[in-house]
Amino acid sequence: MALVGVLALQGAFREHAAAVSRLGADVRELRQRRHLDGIDALILPGGESTVMGKLLTELDMLEPVRERIAAGMPVYGSCAGLILLCETIEDSTQPRIGLLHASVRRNAFGRQVDSFETDLAVKGLDAPLRAVFIRAPLITAVGPDVDVLARVDMTAHGGEGERIVAVRQGNILATSFHPELTPDTRLHAAFLRMLSA
Amino acid sequence: MEQGTLRLKTGLAEMLKGGVIMDVTTPEQAKIAQDAGACAVMALERVPADIRAAGGVARMADPTIVERIMKAVSIPVMAKARIGHFVEARILEALGVDYIDESEVLTPADDKYHINKRDFTVPFVCGCRNLGEALRRIAEGAAMIRTKGEPGTGNVIEAVRHCRQVLDDIRRLCVLPEDEVANYAKEIGAPLEICLLVRKEGRLPVVNFAAGGIATPADAALMMQLGCDGVFVGSGIFKSGDPAKRARAIVQAVTNYNDYKLLAEISKDLGEPMVGIEISNIPAAERMQERGW
Repeated sequence: MALVGVLALQGAFREHAAAVSRLGADVRELRQRRHLDGIDALILPGGESTVMGKLLTELDMLEPVRERIAAGMPVYGSCAGLILLCETIEDSTQPRIGLLHASVRRNAFGRQVDSFETDLAVKGLDAPLRAVFIRAPLITAVGPDVDVLARVDMTAHGGEGERIVAVRQGNILATSFHPELTPDTRLHAAFLRMLSA
Repeated sequence: MEQGTLRLKTGLAEMLKGGVIMDVTTPEQAKIAQDAGACAVMALERVPADIRAAGGVARMADPTIVERIMKAVSIPVMAKARIGHFVEARILEALGVDYIDESEVLTPADDKYHINKRDFTVPFVCGCRNLGEALRRIAEGAAMIRTKGEPGTGNVIEAVRHCRQVLDDIRRLCVLPEDEVANYAKEIGAPLEICLLVRKEGRLPVVNFAAGGIATPADAALMMQLGCDGVFVGSGIFKSGDPAKRARAIVQAVTNYNDYKLLAEISKDLGEPMVGIEISNIPAAERMQERGW
């Protein structure tokens, strides 16, 4: 059975751990460098990306995490996790893993009163998924090797056109929304399938 | 598309878990807190220790202060409204704060009713001393709960008492025979439906933080080990000798709360902690925890 490590420095790690364990995976919460040994996949949860980036650095975990992902370990980042994965974070020099060839804008929809949930079509899923966006980021640009899995219509949010909210680049999966806050585990199941691929 | 749903309100609290929410009174303090790893800040005109010292009526902060703090940081910004003062809360919502604390630190505006928090798009956090109080607040729409503790004292005993009381009440509820649950709900003054939910899950249906008297990394780790999901630090940081260093240490302590070697390391050389107050030296009428019903 695959051992999934969930970064548990801060944020919604409990919900991710519950989702993958419902799907039959073994789970380990990661709070220190030594906890990384032996994991087969990694989840970076939602929370505050500045806090997680800072703790990853202080606890000497940023480099070993980056090495594992660069070596091909499947990783899924939601919201703050997505931000940590992106190469470019608009208007910020915060610490990051930076292996996803994408630019991200933090708090792109506004403040908490602008947070929303909606039914979202996601490439690879049979039917729309209830997507929960909480002070969510947006992907503003992607590299040629990045597969776009979902977009939201910005006209409902005072913007124009469509923006990217879910992507895959090889062993990296990232969403700006929170499937871990709903009972729907289809996206987590898709992530676990990346382990056997 | 839906906004202001319970899932969005409780969801933001889930994102704050394992984090430290720090009281700040200026944009400069807010930046220090963010750089130290705060997962959110509470924008205030005065920290609880100064409110306690000043006496008189404590109200919602000047919107100018709240707005300047919101501009200074990218992390969520919370602000306090008086108990029952739904207009202060509407003003804070209009400013765009991310969470409202209906707080006993301020002077209550209503001696009977708390704010009907279901009505709002912005989520609320409320204090409690026991399960009944927690579930009444949740019934009113609170999406996050914290212990009351005794704010502005730097004395953790009341936060410990309230945390243990909530857990004790939950344990009792879980082992009661089913036919006694309705009476228990009546005794603690909580809605039966929410009591049944707590009984089924064995925990509160929302995130529960510690607050009111936390001053050191050890205090923060103690509250985490007792079962809290995260920590508010009010006066404890900016009333201490080296706020940035103490703030960083408390953030680390909340993440690795059961690693004693690490706790020993981060507790070193933090400078002067805030001056503490013995609870029995505070006249009953001045205890903030007695506010709220």
